[in-house]
Amino acid sequence: MALLEVRDLQVHFPIRGGLFGRTQGFVKAVDGVSLSIEPGQTYGLVGESGSGKTTTGRAVIGLNAITSGSVLFNGQELTAARNRSAARRDMQMIFQDPYSSLNPKKRVLDIIAEPLRNYESLSHKEEKFRAAELLERVGLSPESLYKYPHQFSGGQRQRIGIARAIALKPKLIIADEPVSALDVSVQAQVLNFLQDIQQELGLTYLFISHDLGIIRHMCDKIGIMYRGRHVEQGTTEDIFERPRHIYTKRLLSAIPDVDPRRRERLSAFRASVNAEYENGYADYFDEAGLAYALRPVSDTHLAALPERS
Amino acid sequence: MKKSLLKIERLTTSFRIGDDYYAAVDDVSLTVNRGEVLAIVGESGSGKSALAFSVMGLHAHARIDGRIYYKGEDLIGMPAAKLNKLRGSEIGMIFQDPLSALNPLMTVGEQIEESLLLHRNGISRAQRRNAAIELLNKVGIPSPERTAAQYPHELSGGMRQRIVIAIAIANQPSLLIADEPTTALDVTIQLQILDLIKALKNDMDAGVILITHDLGVVAEMADRVAVMYAGQIVEIADIFTLTSNPKHPYTRSLLQSIPNSAESGSRLHTIQGIVPSLKHLPRRGCRFQSRIPWIEASEHESEPELHEIEPGHFVRCTCHLRFRFPDSASDAGLPPSADAYSINGEEFRYGTS
Repeated sequence: MALLEVRDLQVHFPIRGGLFGRTQGFVKAVDGVSLSIEPGQTYGLVGESGSGKTTTGRAVIGLNAITSGSVLFNGQELTAARNRSAARRDMQMIFQDPYSSLNPKKRVLDIIAEPLRNYESLSHKEEKFRAAELLERVGLSPESLYKYPHQFSGGQRQRIGIARAIALKPKLIIADEPVSALDVSVQAQVLNFLQDIQQELGLTYLFISHDLGIIRHMCDKIGIMYRGRHVEQGTTEDIFERPRHIYTKRLLSAIPDVDPRRRERLSAFRASVNAEYENGYADYFDEAGLAYALRPVSDTHLAALPERS
Repeated sequence: MKKSLLKIERLTTSFRIGDDYYAAVDDVSLTVNRGEVLAIVGESGSGKSALAFSVMGLHAHARIDGRIYYKGEDLIGMPAAKLNKLRGSEIGMIFQDPLSALNPLMTVGEQIEESLLLHRNGISRAQRRNAAIELLNKVGIPSPERTAAQYPHELSGGMRQRIVIAIAIANQPSLLIADEPTTALDVTIQLQILDLIKALKNDMDAGVILITHDLGVVAEMADRVAVMYAGQIVEIADIFTLTSNPKHPYTRSLLQSIPNSAESGSRLHTIQGIVPSLKHLPRRGCRFQSRIPWIEASEHESEPELHEIEPGHFVRCTCHLRFRFPDSASDAGLPPSADAYSINGEEFRYGTS
């Protein structure tokens, strides 16, 4: 059974305006997203800014209200209020910006112990012991307990955020651009570390990123989002080796190539992918510029292909 | 041999912390030629932005030593009035964060017109307006007339970055300094912006200094690359040499850290330790020594210098001669298992975006 199953998720934000701030319309930030993640796997949600990938992650964990659709966690319907608080413990989030996601006025001890204080009644001594254990797990020394976030580098802060996220031994971690704010070499440390704790703790990840290189490195399954909808979904091989949707192809072809000898070939190739995109746009998107419903291409691979093809 | 446009000689930019000055840019010498993209690569704190700001004379309280010759004239010590004539006309700068580089209270059209007004004598209002619209068109903004009347907050990140570029190129600069011009942008927008910078370079035969931490962007854009670590240049080479035959341990470590696994789940190369802060930088010996502790101290020079190991290829210190990765990771050059993706049967490799 899938650990997380999202069915036809919709998240709409009201647009208010006019003299009395009446609702004049809705932004459909997430417009019919379905996905499922098996235990121990990593699902990558990719898209450009404004595609709704972050909103999807936040809706799953309950930071954005769900307009309609269902979120099943371990078979339990999360949109029903009574199930939410129990599941919340098993679901944690790692945020993008390690500089703003840690309270600057709190000591590391208080930051890491906060989820423990919410869910477990531990003595001070036990609490300290658990926090030190968590710090050790993320590779920071126990002396760090009494320091403040500003005393750490970006990569270290992200580790503190991770220590907080794993404090309650969650089953699912939603990682929203966890390394975007970090330098390449530090990125590598944090990514390696996320893979290590996934193994050790049997974690399941919903990994949100705009960086296709990182997504490929980390994920078993990938969903590509565009304007609140999926345009394509499949295994990592499906997406990178057999992309079907013109949007996916365009996105992949735009990734910078590390080999300068391919420049000319690549630019000709991009031009052809772009031409395919421009010519195919009317076929692949409806009048409102939205993707069609996903249709199966193979057992694992779904793409929002036009009816006609 | 192209004529050098900018020549930086032994530039040291120091900032005051407490009672002492600490060098963020330490004894850097570089040249930029016309029609050339020189990329400066490094992680945060390496001094790459401090270098760019020094060229533009934007450090108000720093101590700057050395020479920066632009078309033969020294920018350091140049009277402010004269410098102001160069900045924004001959030398354009694309700033990293468009939201803080733009004035929130002026329409973007007015901001572009402002730079025309300051640098072109006797240009009429109508001419300015037309020129601004034309610039917006040039940077690929779909409806320039409408956009010109908008304020920065009304535009998306990619659009704002284009406005910053429009301002930087308004007076057809001979030298363009781009400080992380695409860091905050999505890959498809990034590609458009990079293409734009390339086109400008070709159209105006301008020299470009491209500051970035993204090796993919470097490989796509640069003619030559200078790698900076802790304020110093540790390696300079043309882009083909740098990616096929990198020498300095830092350059090689950076190339290895790019996610490139053929199979996911394999481990990425990491660099041990952290970049030392400005105040705690070792001022003697090889600054990268603490990051590669398995290399014996005797492999490092006591006063590491840039050595020209082949024409145009400079490497600092001697530690590169016997350098190896501890985890038997593959050796120099691009990782052998670099990821390929294929679209319509064509295969390509990529780095991080």
